[in-house]
Parts: sequence; C-alpha cells; structure tokens
Amino acid sequence: MNVLATPPKNFEVKPKLDAKGEELGELLEVSMGPHHPSTHGVFRMDVVLDGEKVVKLKPVFGYLHRNHEKIGENISYLANMPYTDRLDYFCSMTNNWAYALTIEKLAGLAVPERAEHIRVIMAELTRLQNHTCLIGFFVQDMGALGTPMMYAFREREKILDLFEEVSGARMMCNYMRFGGVRVDVNDEWIARTKKVVADYSKFLDEFGTFLTENEIVLARTQFVGVLPKDLAVSASITGPMLRAAGVNYDLRKVDKYGIYSRFNFQVPVGEHGDIYDRYMIRVLEMRESIKILEQALRDIPAGSVMDPKAKLRGFRPKAGEVYGRVEGPKGELGFYVISDGSPNPYRYRVRPPSFINLTILEDICLGHNISDAVVILGSVDIVLGEVDR
Amino acid sequence: METLEQIKARLEAALPSAKIEIVANECAAGERSLLVDAASGFAVAKFLRDDAQLKLDYCSNVTGVDWPDKELTEKIKVKQVVDGVEKEVEEVKKTLRPGFLEVVYHLYSMGLKHGPVVLRMRTENRADKTHLPSLTPLWRGAEFQEREVYDLYGVIFDGHPDLRRILMWDEFVGFPMRRDYVAPDDFEYEPTPHDEVLVEAKKHYPAEPKAEVKP
Amino acid sequence: MLGEQIIKGMAVTARNFFGSYASKERLTTVQYPEERLPQKGNTRQFPFLVFDGDDAEKGLRCVACQICEKECPPKCIYIVKSKDKKPDYKGQPQIYPLTFDIDISVCMSCQICVEVCPFESIKMNTEFELSTADRFGDLLLTKEQLAKPNSYYQKIHPVDAAESDAVIAVEKAKAEAKAKAAAEAKAKADAEAKAKAAAATAAAPIAPPPANPPTTT
Repeated sequence: MNVLATPPKNFEVKPKLDAKGEELGELLEVSMGPHHPSTHGVFRMDVVLDGEKVVKLKPVFGYLHRNHEKIGENISYLANMPYTDRLDYFCSMTNNWAYALTIEKLAGLAVPERAEHIRVIMAELTRLQNHTCLIGFFVQDMGALGTPMMYAFREREKILDLFEEVSGARMMCNYMRFGGVRVDVNDEWIARTKKVVADYSKFLDEFGTFLTENEIVLARTQFVGVLPKDLAVSASITGPMLRAAGVNYDLRKVDKYGIYSRFNFQVPVGEHGDIYDRYMIRVLEMRESIKILEQALRDIPAGSVMDPKAKLRGFRPKAGEVYGRVEGPKGELGFYVISDGSPNPYRYRVRPPSFINLTILEDICLGHNISDAVVILGSVDIVLGEVDR
Repeated sequence: METLEQIKARLEAALPSAKIEIVANECAAGERSLLVDAASGFAVAKFLRDDAQLKLDYCSNVTGVDWPDKELTEKIKVKQVVDGVEKEVEEVKKTLRPGFLEVVYHLYSMGLKHGPVVLRMRTENRADKTHLPSLTPLWRGAEFQEREVYDLYGVIFDGHPDLRRILMWDEFVGFPMRRDYVAPDDFEYEPTPHDEVLVEAKKHYPAEPKAEVKP
Repeated sequence: MLGEQIIKGMAVTARNFFGSYASKERLTTVQYPEERLPQKGNTRQFPFLVFDGDDAEKGLRCVACQICEKECPPKCIYIVKSKDKKPDYKGQPQIYPLTFDIDISVCMSCQICVEVCPFESIKMNTEFELSTADRFGDLLLTKEQLAKPNSYYQKIHPVDAAESDAVIAVEKAKAEAKAKAAAEAKAKADAEAKAKAAAATAAAPIAPPPANPPTTT
C-alpha cells in the first residue's frame, strides 16, 4: 500500500493533441451546482470536461456551513442534542445515538436494557429508510424520474410515522438522552412496528424486481466508479461504500456498541467496488436490518428507559476527552468531545461520514462521462447538512 | 492491542530522536493519547501505520483544538524564614502557559480491527509558528480533514498536496473556530434579542429595541 | 432476453397504478385540507403555556424561573420577571412573567423547554397551520397568545396531561399538607402561648404580659 495514498495533483489539464502536436479541441470547465438537482443539496463540483469525459473534478463545499461545532461549544450538552438532528437530517436517530453514546462514555452513564433495545430498533429503522431513499434518489440520478423514488418515499413515510408517534417529529426526532431515551414506547407501537417490518421485506422484493436486474440499471452501474480496496482503506471511506469495495468493517461487529453483540446478523461485503455493488450492499444491509429488528422487537424487555443517575438540568461531566462512534447508515459517525468540567463542551467535533467519503470523488470519477459522475455522486450517499455542518 | 506504554517504548527504540509523551485523560472513558513533537510526527505516524503488530491503516478522525494562553495558578508550599523562624507558607504561583494549536488524529486498524491510538501534535504558538507535518501522504483520509483544520484553526500542514480553505470561502479572513475569534458585525433584526444579541441590537437600534420597551 | 427485466419493472408500476384504485395500502395520498390524517401520539409543533381554571392571568403556572430561557438552544424565549408576587396553584406567593414571548420563526420545536420546566407549565402544541403574512410581528407569540387552558392540553395530549396533572396533584397535596401542618402548629403555638399567658396572669397578675408571643412555627 501507499502508492494510492497521494491524491491526484491539482494538475493543469491540457487538451489532447493530435499527431502533429496541435490541439484537438477545447476543454470545457463546468461549475456544476450548487443548485443542481443531481447534487443532493447545495454541493458544487468544478468539473473540467474533455468532450463528455471528466478530466478534473474538484468538490466545493461550504454553502450550508453554519459552524455546527462552534454552536455546540457555546451551548450546554443537552441543548446540543436537537442540533445533532440537523447534521444528517435523514438519520436523526443515529445522530442522536452517536452523540448520546459519546457523552455517556464521557460521564460514565449506563443505559437500561429497554432503552438499549429501543435504540437499536430506532437505528435500524433509520437505516432502512435512509437506504430506501438513497436508492430512490440515485435511480433518479440515472434518469428514472419519479416512480422508484415515490415508492421509496411511500415506504419511508411509514417509518417516519412510527418516529412521529414516539418522538413527536418525523425527521428532527431529538429522541435520545444521556443515559436512555426520552419517552417509552407502548405495546401498540411495538405491534405496529412489527407489522411495518414484516411488510418491508415484501416491499424490498418488489423494489428488487423493479431495479436489481433491470438492464438499464446494470448498464449504467456495473464497472462504473470503481473504488479499489486499498484506496478505500487509505482514504478512510466507511459504511456501505467501504464494504462494497470488499473490506469487512462494520462498527456494529467491530465495536459491538450498545447491545449489537446479541443479535444474529451478517455483514454483506462487495467484490468490485462499483456502483452496482454499492446498490446491492444497501439492499442486503436492509435485509439484515430487518433481521435485527425482528430480534430486537421480540426480545425487548420491560423496565425503565432512563438511567436514574442521569441529570437533565445542570449536567457537568468531569474534565477529559472522548471519541465515540457508531455505524450510521452513511458510514462511521463519530463525535469527539473535550470537557473542561463546565456545562458546555470545550471542544466538540463531528466526524461526518459523507464529508470524508467525498475525498475520493475525483479519483472514481476521472475518465467517466459527466452523466456517470452524477450517478457516482448519488451512490456515495451524501447529505449536505452533514458535509458542510 | 498493546498498551500505550509498550507502543511508546517501541517507538522510542525505533526512533530515538522522537520526543513522545503520554497525555493523561481523567474522564470515565480514559482514552489516553500520544503527544509527539512536530519534527518527528511524520516518522512516528509512518511507523504506526507500517508496523506489523499495529497496522493502523485507518485514520478515522482528524481534528484541531485551540488552547489559548492560560494563566495557571498553583498553590505551593514554600519554606520561608519569618522573624528568624522557619515556617511553611502557602504561596500562589502563577505561570503563564503559552497558547498553542493542537491536532488530534484517531487511528484504527481495519485489518486487525483494533484501536484507537490517539496521536496529537502541537504547534509552537498560535500566531506565526503554526506549522505541522501533514499526514495526508500516509492516510488519504486526512486530506479534507486537514484542510478543514487549516480552514477553521489556521494550522498549516507542510506537505499537504492541496491546502486551501474548504468550508469558508477563499477570501475569508480569520479562523472561526479559534476561541478568540470575534464574529463580524452583521446584525440582523430579531424580535427577541438576548444577551450578546441584545447588546448588538442596542448598537443598531439606539431607540430601544422591542424587548426593552416593556417593563 | 434483453428487455425482459424492464418489462417486469413496468408490470410492477402497472400493479401499483391499478392497485391504487383497489387497495388502501397502495394509495397513500390524502386530499389535504379537505381530508386530514388523525393526529399522531406525541406530535409536537410549538410550545404553549398552560393555565389552570378560567383566568389565563390568574391561573398561569409559569413562575418566570427562566430555566427554559437559558436552556433553549436557539434562544427564542424572552421572559421579563414581575416585581410583585401572586399566589400560584399551591397558594404560595410567587413571581410571574410580565412578558413571555416565543419567537416561533426561530423556535425549532425541540421540546427542551418542556423537559427542563420543573413546574409543568410549558407544553408542546399540535397546531401547525400558523402561516402569516407578517414575518416578524405575527410570528412572535406573546403571553396572551401562548396561554392555553389545561383542558386544551388534556384534549391534545391526554396521556401526558394525565401524568402532568398527577404530578401537580401530588405537589398540591404536599403543599396543602404542609400548609395545614403549619397552620396547625401555629394554632397550637398560639393556644399554648395564650394558655401560658393566661397561666402567667393567673399566677402573678403584676408581671407584664410577654411582649412577643411566640407565633413563629
């Protein structure tokens, strides 16, 4: 390893020359975004094109930058929880969990059994809806306008209804607390969740017949945007992107945070690292999530959902620093917090998976058509709330 | 995985010139870290990555921390001769800890599935000597994150292939995540001004803002 | 055969399209505003202030402790404390908010204020049709607009309201018991003092009566 460790130079691109050394054509520089429907938000790519081929691509960030980390350093630990919802606004539950887990590590709080089960259920439901939507989006990037995305959104709405029932909001759940979760779930909710989970595999079957072997999907995705294994590791790629490249690294298995060690599930790993593998990994991950959900919903014990030691007002953890991470739907979501014993964190940092996954965007887009670059970006799965913070 | 002391001992054996310290951490998690001097930072990181037992091939998180100048007060007992009698007197000793910027790397191993080893490097000061070696040539994953640290804290990474601002725009002046950063005066009307915003509001609306009208 | 899977995909679309006429599962759209979905359990929109009884001014539970103002992440609450005191639901004199404004153009519906409130006085409303033509004025809700009777809270969140009522009842009972005990102690002390005084006058009529009868409890 280490040959791939240096990024493509910020080189000067020159047009192709013919045999006599004269230029064949002109290069075209396109500023794609920030308001482009395919960029999943306010994301910009400075692309240099030779004909339709991408010869240089530089991502430009910061259109949604609000300095989330500075906000976090100026308000109390608890008051920062709703702000974490707004990082990756598709997966507020896993964001909450990552933040709560970090602060629990910092303050040494325990989480009751029931709350742990609820957290797993919420996180896996989040994974289901995130992956479903992502597939809808990136099929739309390929030109299937509307239909698959609407089916995805129809299913997602069922999960969001479950979230709203418990936490009070569809997307900005603000549900978890240091040492547990805010509200307990009732039996009726569990029964409904069981039904949604049972129906979900039927939907995945239908979605599968729709897309998995579709000739157009195959033509557009196979051997496009290939990410080699050693580059993926070196570039700190995480989540489905990494596993599609063939690295078996899932924090649910590696760190075994929460109670994931109790569940029986597998980690799907890809072979080629192309877009199709990334799609397939997400589909298979959803099937595994359904398995985890079934087990968690079956085993959920009765009991309280908050650690009695946890304090809501006047929470001041001891001085020290901590790094906590969870396997979010987009990759490793980490929080790094330094406490100096005051009610606010001294340093609060988010390790955003989709931001770091964009590191290799140029490497995997070079040489492909501009229309493929759009699909490749779609398969990376970014949310600008998290990229720009 | 080896303990931090073992790693330190092996590092010192392999790289005799490196100055390595273990930084304590008193919170519940208690993850300690290795503090490395800037000159040997790159060599230490390369050792950590390539060593067969550690194989830390995955640089998860890169972040900056700002530590401004701080007055440390220490109570020390001094023996003084007062009126011919030796006495122990408590004296408050004040020392000024010069400020510095710190960069923290969280390293894991994807192959061996262990970690983290926390690596930190410190700049000499916060004003002009803010150079640190870039670890992007070792871990590509540090590329954007080091750019972010440069953007928000002003640490200059030597050897970074493409060190530009990343979240702020290119013409921006200052480093917004530093603790002494003062936000520009771009006040916008707000019906319920508070604390600092209220002070700002008073500057912009000399005829008392709404919150002040009511008793 | 090339195109076979595309045809299969078309079949899925067709099944969904025609299915939407027959099955409620496939037709998920609702013709808002004529049709509305039932409200979900813990739905929250923006905060409101609870008052007991009929008079919003008199029964307001808020005691202007300003905890919510301090904890509010986007700082959208503005409170001015009163100088005088009025009796709260326990009957004890308490300060009350002269001004209580919530700027719902800033509020992010996070419910932190509800959680940190020790007096069960701020709760989440479910009203969501709040659009106005005035960006600043109409989105700044004042105390009068925020105050809603407890019966309204019981209607929108029956389970939570029952819990909160129980908490209040316990507090009230405690306060009443304390007040009763205090009153009894006082009466007892008074009676004792009187008896003592009477005894003193009976024993030594020349002695002056105690200047300060012990009335403190």
